Amino acid sequence: MEYVISVLLSGISVGGQYALIAIGYTLVYGILRLINFAHGDVFMVAGLLGIYLTATLPISISLPLVIVLTVALGFTIERAAYKPLREAPRMSVMISAIGVSYLLQNTATYVTGGQPMTYPTIPFLSDTVNVAGTQTKWVVLITPVLVLILVIALTQLINKTKVGMAMRAVSKDFETSRLMGIKIHSVISVTFIIGSALAAVGSVLFFTNYPAVTPTVGSMPGLKAFVAAVFGGIGSIPGAVLGAFLIGICETIIKGLPSSWDVSVFSDAFTFALLIVILAFKPQGLFGEAATDKV
Amino acid sequence: MDNKIALHLENVTMQFGGVVSVNNLTLDVPEHRIIALIGPNGAGKTTAFNCITGVYQPTNGLIEFMGTPMVRNHPSGKDAKSYKGENADKYTGEVIAPTPDQITKLGIARTFQNIRLWKSMTVFENVLTAKHMRAKQNVFSAVFRGNLSEEKRMREETLELLKEQGLDEYKDELATSLPYGLQRRLEIARALATDPKLLLLDEPAAGMNPQETLELSEFVKEIRDKYDLTVFLIEHHMDLVMNISDYIYVIDFGSEIAQGVPKDVQQNQRVIEAYLGVADQGDTE
Amino acid sequence: MKQKNNLIPALTGIILLLVFVILLENISSLIPNLPQVFQPTSPLFTVLKKAAVYSLVAVSMNLLNGFTGLFSLGQAGFMLLGAYTYAILTVPSDMKDQVYYLFGGCAFDFSLVDFFRSIFGAGGFGGAVALVLACLTALILAGCVAGLFAYLIGFPVLRLKSDYLAIATLGFAEILRAIFQWQKLGPITNGANMIKGFPTFSDFNITDSSGNVILRLSTFVPFLLTTICIVLIVCLINSSYGRAFKSIRDDEIASEAMGIGLFKHKTMSFVISSFFAGVGGGMFAMYVANAQAKAFTSTMTYEILLIVVIGGIGSVSGSIIATFLYVACSEWWLRFLDSEMYIGGFKVPLLRNGFRMVVFSVVIMVIVLFFSQGIMGDRELDLKAITGYLTGKKRAKAKEKVPAGKEGDK
Repeated sequence: MEYVISVLLSGISVGGQYALIAIGYTLVYGILRLINFAHGDVFMVAGLLGIYLTATLPISISLPLVIVLTVALGFTIERAAYKPLREAPRMSVMISAIGVSYLLQNTATYVTGGQPMTYPTIPFLSDTVNVAGTQTKWVVLITPVLVLILVIALTQLINKTKVGMAMRAVSKDFETSRLMGIKIHSVISVTFIIGSALAAVGSVLFFTNYPAVTPTVGSMPGLKAFVAAVFGGIGSIPGAVLGAFLIGICETIIKGLPSSWDVSVFSDAFTFALLIVILAFKPQGLFGEAATDKV
Repeated sequence: MDNKIALHLENVTMQFGGVVSVNNLTLDVPEHRIIALIGPNGAGKTTAFNCITGVYQPTNGLIEFMGTPMVRNHPSGKDAKSYKGENADKYTGEVIAPTPDQITKLGIARTFQNIRLWKSMTVFENVLTAKHMRAKQNVFSAVFRGNLSEEKRMREETLELLKEQGLDEYKDELATSLPYGLQRRLEIARALATDPKLLLLDEPAAGMNPQETLELSEFVKEIRDKYDLTVFLIEHHMDLVMNISDYIYVIDFGSEIAQGVPKDVQQNQRVIEAYLGVADQGDTE
Repeated sequence: MKQKNNLIPALTGIILLLVFVILLENISSLIPNLPQVFQPTSPLFTVLKKAAVYSLVAVSMNLLNGFTGLFSLGQAGFMLLGAYTYAILTVPSDMKDQVYYLFGGCAFDFSLVDFFRSIFGAGGFGGAVALVLACLTALILAGCVAGLFAYLIGFPVLRLKSDYLAIATLGFAEILRAIFQWQKLGPITNGANMIKGFPTFSDFNITDSSGNVILRLSTFVPFLLTTICIVLIVCLINSSYGRAFKSIRDDEIASEAMGIGLFKHKTMSFVISSFFAGVGGGMFAMYVANAQAKAFTSTMTYEILLIVVIGGIGSVSGSIIATFLYVACSEWWLRFLDSEMYIGGFKVPLLRNGFRMVVFSVVIMVIVLFFSQGIMGDRELDLKAITGYLTGKKRAKAKEKVPAGKEGDK
């Protein structure tokens, strides 16, 4: 029983961290129809920033600074690598995203010397707590709560504010929104800013759990988060969050299966198998809308 | 109208969510005739074409080509609850839903309202590629060059077709660099390259000047005779429609409001109202 | 008709290139005291071998991404399938216990090498025939396995919009990587360890009875294989099917309306591309002399994709040129960026391990953003264009300078 609780708890927490990344994917895809392959690497950079900044600055300053710098990075990537290709075929933008991902990973390898870096212990988050007889870290408990708060805040932003309305409009119809006088470039920037900020928060939570930061550490959570977004129906925030929790839980269950079965190598593969099954049977995802092409 | 029926639509309804784009449309296109489908903007003409060519699967109804059922569907699942049309229980048999390429293979070719030529290809390649469907070859014979005679035949036929359409002098130009009128003509040539029995023209005269339109109507009659075609067209240019059509169907808001020979349709009060609005009692063009 | 005129010069070019490779490879034994570059241990030959393998994979990816307009990221996965198929089928039986020692031998008790040796004999000319046949059969089967898997994965995915294809193929490659590292499959895949002991490119060097190399063919063989495969791909692209693929790239809806079945042709392109990726994977195993799942990461796919982009999406010759440039830069010309350097007493800043890849990624981003056409755009290199360029007649056509010595590959 204790074992079940601990698997569930850590599944929910991993899922919550994926959810924070997945929102960035789903928002960007919803608006630009772009799979932002660099998003997972932004998450990785946020992790590295966390390491370097906490080494010199107190936590109370460094953590907000991590978020600010990650946001700045996300914003810069959008302006430098995606905005010039607004009129180009979508494949070019995706290639640009892959290029950015490549650049971020290689730069990180260069800066860190390729060695895994250890994420600092953050007071309180890393402290252990006893839940129903199992020892766990506070971060495991806080993650789902924080995710819920952030998601509610985000849906409020999207449904109630003017910029949220603009985001919804742009995701429905890019060209018409532009003709209606919506400043699409700023809307897109806002999307990237939100996505990067959430990825930064996610990185703090994730790396407190798994403290080794390597240059490629972002790509796998990134891809999984994207699968979560597809699962939930791309463009839908609740869908992405639900998908992320599901993937997180399944993954921890697979990892927790008896070691004699030796299936833990499939914890990553499972996610993609899930993706292929969804694409085969319900390609629009749980909450997505089927798109129709106009002829 | 004693000719054999080439295309037969029966109670065809196309519903997107709550919007009924085509409502209970029934019509006949006899062989070797030129039949027009007209109606105000947004009446559902292109949607009807898309149902015929398999781009959409109609929510309900039957489409027959040369006497055999080609498409048949009835509302089921979610559609059954929200279905607003009529005859929901008439076609409950087997659902037939071929893809557009299968329909083209049966002998129906089309052009597009907004020209859709292959933009990286030359005029020649555009027509040549459309011959791919009927070529007797497989991927191995193509790679190992076992299909040279077939390839040669395709190239010769393409050249001949281009000559007939007066496009041969542009054959090595990029298709999209042609003037608008010629692009439309190239689209027709490309459709002809698939050896159709029935040609669907979606606003072939859109964007043409009166002179070009006049030429086009002669051209359509010419190819009809030459290739033994049946032509079904959507058009807004009333001069063209009245000039070449043997019979006209008029739809508005998805439903048929009139049909008849051009003279009758011109006089029809409902058609005039649909085009000019009810309040204005204007006269015909 | 157009092809006929080009056929003879193209064939001549290919033959000249292959002869040139043989000469280059053996020049050190013909003329003594040549500079280090021409010695068999020179990075030149590493680059040539690796680039020959990579150019096949790049062209196969271009067939899919550039000519059919399908954005697939599964190349590494299909290479993995090819590499393992090749390796498992060709490890000789007497090597198996040694390779699979962790699993107490191999569960798959068959080797193409032994099979053909039992027919043609193990030594001398018969041995050579057996080796060639075994490798060829294994490479073709490697392609077939990759193609089969492509068919299976394409079935659900190719009906969808192309973005999903990208992520599904990427995911598929990850699944494969996990499966091939699974310890339970160890008796076949050797788990996470590498498979080795199978014939590699250097086994094609001809030796005399005392083991001295008399004719080097280890660079020639990958060139020959790649050339054959690329010629086949070019034939496909220039055929009626190739035109159908391009039409799908240009406008799916129009293609479908002209009777070109989308699913059928997309599947065809996907399977053929994967077939050649599988063959390329087998050749990659021959090049590195081992097969190990962890080498075939998504980074490898990205690398190949970026090569395709640099060469020009939709240009076969562009992909080939870009591969040679890319591999030469990363394996040879830019190596110095990775080591610390002193000019006089002054330490050149920034140079240290990893800097080469940073420079590389920056260059790639610059190409993606500002030269999105790549080296060749969607044009092809043909002899007319080159001679025209060299004589200055058709200057407008050739935008980028073409490095000499690689043009015959087309």
